[in-house]
Amino acid sequence: MNEDILFHQEFAISGRDFSNAGTVSTQIKSILKEIGFEPPIIRRAAIASYEAEMNVVMYADRAVVRLSATPNKIHINFEDEGRGIADIELAMQEGYSTATHQMREMGFGAGMGLPNIKKNADVFRITSELGKGTTLDITIFPD
Amino acid sequence: MQLQEIMKIVDGKVVAGKEHLDHDIDEIFAADLMSDVLAFTTPGSVLLTGLTNVQSVVTAHVAEVKAIIYVRGKKPGRDAIKLAEQKGIPLLTSPLSMFTACGRLFEKGLRSENDLVQP
Repeated sequence: MNEDILFHQEFAISGRDFSNAGTVSTQIKSILKEIGFEPPIIRRAAIASYEAEMNVVMYADRAVVRLSATPNKIHINFEDEGRGIADIELAMQEGYSTATHQMREMGFGAGMGLPNIKKNADVFRITSELGKGTTLDITIFPD
Repeated sequence: MQLQEIMKIVDGKVVAGKEHLDHDIDEIFAADLMSDVLAFTTPGSVLLTGLTNVQSVVTAHVAEVKAIIYVRGKKPGRDAIKLAEQKGIPLLTSPLSMFTACGRLFEKGLRSENDLVQP
């Protein structure tokens, strides 16, 4: 397998910063497009990133996002500081949500985010510690 | 069908991106919930929605939605218009309700690939 790094970049997301929600996933999308991945692959990565970014904005204090791409693998890591998730199994269930009215007004918070990230990833890993934060690893294999 | 024609069917007006009215549209998707748009749209669809904030445009960009029609006479805010112009996503507004806008488009033969959504 070719493990040559084509690209690596880190981004920061601020929790509760609703006006900038989506800027990181939009950048990730442009970068993957520039590298030359196929549109369906870029779309999956962009959707998973956007859902994860919205989760940070809605629930966490801040996060670091690390994007790395090789010809055979796109890896996006979201490491947030925040309240964490008490019951990951429950959070992964479609329809389960702890969203506020404000989040729902923005068209999110219906309990679809994590399941949709999983659906768009080839490998999805989530770990969380209550009161500390949540880490997501999204891996997509372009082939 | 060209976006121009779709605009006429829903009595729509252009709010942004009038240079893109010749886009060919294959499918329609209607939702106010952006997570549903991210989960169920087919790339290249037109989105009918009542959600006018900037998230509607980010969602469209991320999910490869070709155009947005805001129903119930709603108009997007300045942020949404600015981003749509940057990303080349035309924004239209229709005075019709979601139900009637969808009904008219369905009557003209437009469909959604995910007609039967499996959870």
